[in-house]
Formats: sequence, structure tokens, C-alpha cells
Amino acid sequence: MRAPFPAVMAALMIGTIGLSACSGGGSNGKGSVELLNVSYDPTRELYKDVNAAFAKRWKDKTGQTVSFRMSHGGSGKQSRSVIDGLSADVVTLALGYDIDAMAERAKLLPANWQSRLPDNSAPYTSTIVFLVRKGNPKGIRDWPDLVKPGVQVITPSPKTSGGARWNFLAAWAYGKKAGGSDAAAQKYVANLYSHVPVLDSGARGATTTFVERGLGDVLIAWENEALLSEKELGAGKFDIVVPSISVLAEPPVAVVDANAKAHGTERAATEYLNFLYTPEGQEIVARNFYRPRDQAVMARHAATFPKLDMVTIQDFGGWGAAQKRFFADGGVFDAIYGGGKRR
Amino acid sequence: MSGSHPTTVESPWARRALIGVGFLFLALFLFLPLVMVFAGALAKGWQVFFDALVDPDALAAIRLTLLVAGISVPVNAVFGVAAAWAIAKFDFRGKSLLISLIDLPFSVSPVVSGLVFVLLFGAQGWLGPWLTEHGVRIIFAVPGIVLATVFVTFPFVARELIPLMAEQGRDDEEAARSLAATGWQTFWHVTLPNIRWGLLYGVLLCNARAMGEFGAVSVVSGHIRGLTNTMPLHVEILYNEYDFVGAFAVASLLASLALVTLGVKTVLEWRFGIHRAGAAH
Amino acid sequence: MRRSKQRSALPGFGLTMGMTLFWLGLVVLVPLSALVIRAAGMGWAGFAEVGLSPRALAAYRLSFGAALAAAAINAVFGLLIAWILVRYEFPGKKLIDAAVDLPFALPTAVAGIALVSLYSDNGWVGSLLAPLGIKVAYTPLGVTIALVFIGLPFIVRSVQPVLADLGRDVEEAAATLGATRGQTFRRVILPAILPALLTGFALAFARGVGEYGSIIFIAGNMPFKSEIAPLLIITQLEQFDYDGATAIACVMLVLSFAMLLFVNLLQAWRARRGTR
Repeated sequence: MRAPFPAVMAALMIGTIGLSACSGGGSNGKGSVELLNVSYDPTRELYKDVNAAFAKRWKDKTGQTVSFRMSHGGSGKQSRSVIDGLSADVVTLALGYDIDAMAERAKLLPANWQSRLPDNSAPYTSTIVFLVRKGNPKGIRDWPDLVKPGVQVITPSPKTSGGARWNFLAAWAYGKKAGGSDAAAQKYVANLYSHVPVLDSGARGATTTFVERGLGDVLIAWENEALLSEKELGAGKFDIVVPSISVLAEPPVAVVDANAKAHGTERAATEYLNFLYTPEGQEIVARNFYRPRDQAVMARHAATFPKLDMVTIQDFGGWGAAQKRFFADGGVFDAIYGGGKRR
Repeated sequence: MSGSHPTTVESPWARRALIGVGFLFLALFLFLPLVMVFAGALAKGWQVFFDALVDPDALAAIRLTLLVAGISVPVNAVFGVAAAWAIAKFDFRGKSLLISLIDLPFSVSPVVSGLVFVLLFGAQGWLGPWLTEHGVRIIFAVPGIVLATVFVTFPFVARELIPLMAEQGRDDEEAARSLAATGWQTFWHVTLPNIRWGLLYGVLLCNARAMGEFGAVSVVSGHIRGLTNTMPLHVEILYNEYDFVGAFAVASLLASLALVTLGVKTVLEWRFGIHRAGAAH
Repeated sequence: MRRSKQRSALPGFGLTMGMTLFWLGLVVLVPLSALVIRAAGMGWAGFAEVGLSPRALAAYRLSFGAALAAAAINAVFGLLIAWILVRYEFPGKKLIDAAVDLPFALPTAVAGIALVSLYSDNGWVGSLLAPLGIKVAYTPLGVTIALVFIGLPFIVRSVQPVLADLGRDVEEAAATLGATRGQTFRRVILPAILPALLTGFALAFARGVGEYGSIIFIAGNMPFKSEIAPLLIITQLEQFDYDGATAIACVMLVLSFAMLLFVNLLQAWRARRGTR
């Protein structure tokens, strides 16, 4: 009669710890391999298709069965999870900054990761466009229309959303081109954010706010998200407006060397990412509304992806510089909202 | 307790007004959100609703949620009984402090509750390197989710039992002792029967919270589909996939769970006529 | 409540206290101390820079202000609901009594999504309020509403048992002495339930300060206006600034703990006074 309490306790604790033994993906011999792809929010549909196609290719080529585990979330949060030990074999995130952080803080992959694959390790690109309500009642055609009186703009907070940082930079690019100086750019962007009634924490949250809650006249969005919302959330309820100037968004991909090595999945992981650059991969990319790099594929989808003037992240000195200047505490974005400066 | 004492009872008019205001308040803040969940779940009919629930990822989320609750609730129940015994049956200094420490998880922001485990077990955390070396996964795996859930639901059982056991005093136990019962006999045959309904009430609330916890679990889960997504996380994922019906369907399952929990509780109270045991949180 | 001063004759103090302290230490104190030690490592200047920045202060003001407002609203309506549940008979009483615990059980994210669907300008309730110029979703008012939802059971469940225990004889005596119903309530009933009400108030308040899941959907997240403190923690994490996140977390932790200690000292004080 003396035992029950401590015994029960001990059993439960051992049970808890015991569970930790059965975890982790990876390769168990030749028969099959499992890859964990840690990605950001808008790629769910894309990688569903890519994974199925690659699994087939891989089976034909090696006889091995490859299965996938997907994790989606905000790009920064996903990056942090990988740094803190989420054992991703590959990461496919919204911005290079989030993968730089892995190289820098956790040494999970070499600092030159971005030069290991073609096109800055971004097999697909996108840009920033406007989603407006059907018939474009506010007559939104370009950036200056967003700051007309009475126009409400929906965009998430660049402090918490990777996509929103691209939005910010696109707006900045317009402000700089129109006004000719950084000061003019900042003035335009500040004006733009004064038209923003809600700063959602993520890009999908912002889309929901615009589409489901009916808030705002314009949603600044990834082109792929805008095309998808148009398709998924009610055809004929929205129009897409392509501005005169925007930013070339390059969502990068990378093998997380340390994890892939530990799991023995390096080869499959590398081939998986290479697959994205093949014509087949590029076709899937285009069908999921991302702009393909392959010119032949791009030509086939020219109707979906209009040409426009685009600046790149290099025009801002790369992500490290842009993050520090615009989005870090005390940066330009904080200055726009007044105070918050680090002293 | 009907109004047989006219001097201490409001006029029927005032009574109706008060009840009306209470109803209106509850309707706005409790019932409408609940109705909203079910309306959203059934927006496209029953078929879509059921399809959302039998989706393999949804089933995996349900299984994981049951597993997590199945571990954390008994652990906290055992702890709660021990803590209530120590606190309610004995006098010692610093009792308020100890109770406050037990209460702490109630008021720690769920985000922080998750963060502390990352600081502790994350690859960059205190124990991270050691764990990696020995191939033990805590966060971004089931143990981390269990730990975060145990943390968040820590006070429920203890908080339910402490006032109840304090109220009951220790006369019964002392009588049993004087009849030469051992400590364990006293506990099993005297204390446990006294507190069993309060214990059950605490377990039910603890269970409801364990299954519903979102913030803390979200930080330590890693969001791997079909592997480390609990039901509340799955709701968020579906919502972010613009699958609103699916999101509300899984949510309605959780809400039904809340309702079933409440139903069980009400039946117990009614059957055993327990005075709302220790509800003085 | 009896509380004999001599040592208890019951066994098991060592065992249960040991288990309590061990488990408390393992699950609550060690993890939280990781937080505190990390924040302490920053040094005061670094801590204050993030933890006490104007933006953080604005966020604390919103979190604490909305939690205070919500707790106050709940104090009034929670008391009213406890009152009708204890004193009156009406159809559906059991159901309402049961439903009061719903916010404990409903996942906070679901609550948040449901609330924002209801209170946004095209929602069932929001569309009625919008013509009146009242905006709920994406404003501090929305935050308050979410916290009212979260905090309600704390008040009702604190007040209900005390109200049920309250004898009618005092009220009758007051009435006999010519007190009106309002006077009786203010002078007799309210003082008796005040400690319980305060306890519920403080618990609802403390819970509201840290709440994240339900608010994130309904708050507008505008810096200095509708940005809550837990969101700032997320913002810091987004910059990989764990120190900044722990600094804000620590401020909130200390405030929460102070709040709870106050509640429990109040409880102890009440228990000592209320030897009935």
C-alpha cells in the first residue's frame, strides 16, 4: 500500500521521456527516405504538387520511396524553429534573411548557401501586386492611388511577416523612383502606412481580413497569393492590379546540411531542390502562380505574369542591410510609427 | 431557494430585468461565438463537415491531442492531490507564496510558456547541445508538447482541491488515524471519497484546457503536418489554408468537447448534489 | 473553517510537500528561472532598452488597460450572472450555469476567430454596430471584448459560492430596520462578497494581461494603438532577439506574479477574518 503515488509519478515521467526516443525523420536504409521541408505560409499548394511529382521521379530513378513531412508557418517563426532544433532537411522560406540567420546563428549550413544553387537559390520568383474589389470602385491603378483620401490599404506588419517586408520595399522603390530621394521614399511609405487600418501578423491573416472581413479597398499581396485568392476565395469578386514598379521577390530554398547529414538524406534533399529547376518543376511552379525562372516555361504562361519594372533586393544592399535599415528595432518602419527608437 | 421572504427579494419586474440583462450579456459574449463556430462548420453541409474530420491530418491531430491530454491530465491530477493535501491539511509559513507559485501558469502568457521551454531545450538553449548529442528530442516533438501542456494546465486540479480540502478540515482524517488507520488507508478510504467529485471537476477543466491549448503548444510544436500538430494548431493551419469550413469543423469538435465536459460536470453536480466544490478560485 | 494551532496529527506532509515542491520546481520554476536568468544576463541597460521602451510601455498600457476594463465589465456582469444563478429560478438555468465555464474549455484561437467573425464590420454583431459608428474589431475595444470572454468564468465562479453561502438573515434584519433593497445590497451584501469579487477580478485581470491566442485575431496590431504586449514578444523573436523577448516576458511575469500574490494574500486574509 506504500507504493502508488511515487510509482505512478515515475511511470508517467518515464513514459514522457520514453516518447522522446521515437522521433525524427530521415533515411532508414535503402527502401525509403523521409524529408522534412520547413516552408512558409503561401507554399502549401505548391509543395503539395512538387512533392508528388518528385516522389514519382525519385522512385523511377532510384527505386527508393521518398515521403514528405511539411511544416508551414510565418517565415521568421519557421526559421527560428529550425535554429532551435526543428530538424528540417530542406528549408523553403520567404526571404534570404531567414536562411542567413540559420547559417549565422546555428551554423546549420555554410554562409555561402545562396550561391550553391542557380539564380540566388531562388528557383521561382514572385512580385508584389494589388488585389482590389471587383470593378475597382476606387480606381486603383498604381502606387499613387493608394494614398488618395479615403482609400484603405491592407498589408501585414513587416515586423512579423516576411511577405510584408517585400510589400514595404516595393512601396519604397516606387517612392524613391517618383520622388528621387530616400527622404521622398520615406515620406511616401509613411503616407501609405497612414492608410493602413490593421496590421495583421501574417500575410494569410491580411488576406483573410481583406476577403472575409471585407475590410479595406486594396490588399498589397504576393502575386501568387493574389492569383490564388482570386481562384480560391471567390472568382469574380476581385481584380488584380499590376503597378508600374514593384520588387522582384526571390523566395530562396536550401538544404540544411547539418540535419541532412545527420539523417543521411543529403542526396535526396539536394535532388529535391534541383528538381525545382527542371522544366517539369518549373511548370508546376508556374501552375501554382509563382514566376518560373525558365524562359520557355515563362513564355507559355505569359498571360498570367505581365511584365513590369522590378527592383531587386540587391538594390537595397542585400537582406542584411535592408533588415537593419528598415525593419529592425529603431529602423525606418519604427520611425514611421513614431518613437520605438532604441536609445 | 425561492423568494418566500418578501423583504429580501426584488420585485418580479426587477428580477425579470436582471435575468434579461444576464441573458443578453451571455448571448453576446458566450452563445453567439459558439453558434458562430457551428454555423461556420456546417456552412457547406454535413458531408463537407465530416470529410474535414476524417482527413488523415485531422485524425493525426486528434490522436496527438488525445495522447497529450492523456499524459498531462493524470500527471497534474496526481500533483494536484499531493499539493492540496500538503497545503490544505497542514499549516506552514509561506503558504500564500506557494499557492501563488502554483497559480503562476494561469497568468503567464501562453507565448512565454512556450518560450521558456525553447530557452531550456532548444538547440541554442541550456540543455540543447547535450540533448542533441544524445539524440533526445524534446521540443518540436511530442515531449515538448506534453511539457508545455503540463505547464499550462498545472494549477487546475490543485486550485480546485485546495479550498475544498481546507473547507473539509482534517477532523475525518484525524478520527481515522485515531482508529489506527495507516496514512494511506486514511487517504484512500476517507479523503479520496470526500474529494472525488471536486477532483473530477478539476480533472475535467484541466482536460478541456489541455486539449484546447494553443499559444504555448504553437511555440514548441514545429507545426509538422500529421506529426506534431494538435487540434488547435490544425484549426489554425486549416484557417490559413482558406479552408474555413474545415477549420470550424475541427473547432466545433473542440467546442463540443467543451460542451460534453460541461455536461458531464453538470450531471455529476446534479446527481451527487455537490455544492459547487471549491469553486472559489 | 477550523484551523487548530497545534501540529497536525496527519501523516504525509513530507511526502506530499516534497512531491509538490519537486513537481512545481521541475515544471514551473526551472523553466521560468531560465527566463529570468536569461533576462538578468542582459544587464539593466539592455533590459530597460527593450523591456521599458516607449513602444513596450504602450503595449503594456493596452494589455493592462484592456484587461482592467474587461475585468471591470466582468465584475459587474459576472456578479449579476452569479446573482441570478444563485437567487432566481428560471428556465435554462442549468444550461447557463454550465456554459459559464465555456471560455475555459474553448481553444483561444477558436474563440478569437469566432469573435472577429462576429464583431467585424460585416459580422452579425459588428454590422449592427457599424452604422452607429462603433468599431469593435481591430480596435482596443475588440481586445477588451475578447478579454471579457476569457475572464468571465473567473468572476462568476469566485462570487457564486460565497453568494450561495450568504445567509438571508442579515438581509432580513436590514430590511426589518427599514433599509431599502438598494441600501441592503450596498451596505450588507456587497461588503460580504467584496473579497471574492476582488479575487475573481484579479484572476481575470492577470489572465487577460497575458492572453494572446484570442486577441491576435481581433486586435489591429497597430504600434502604440492596438498592439498587445505578447505580440511584442513575438515581434522580438521575429528579429531573433531572444533577449528582447525575455525582457518583455520578464516584465509581464513579475507583474503577473505580484498580482497573484496579492490575490492569495487577500484570500488568506479573508480566511482568517471569515471564521464562521
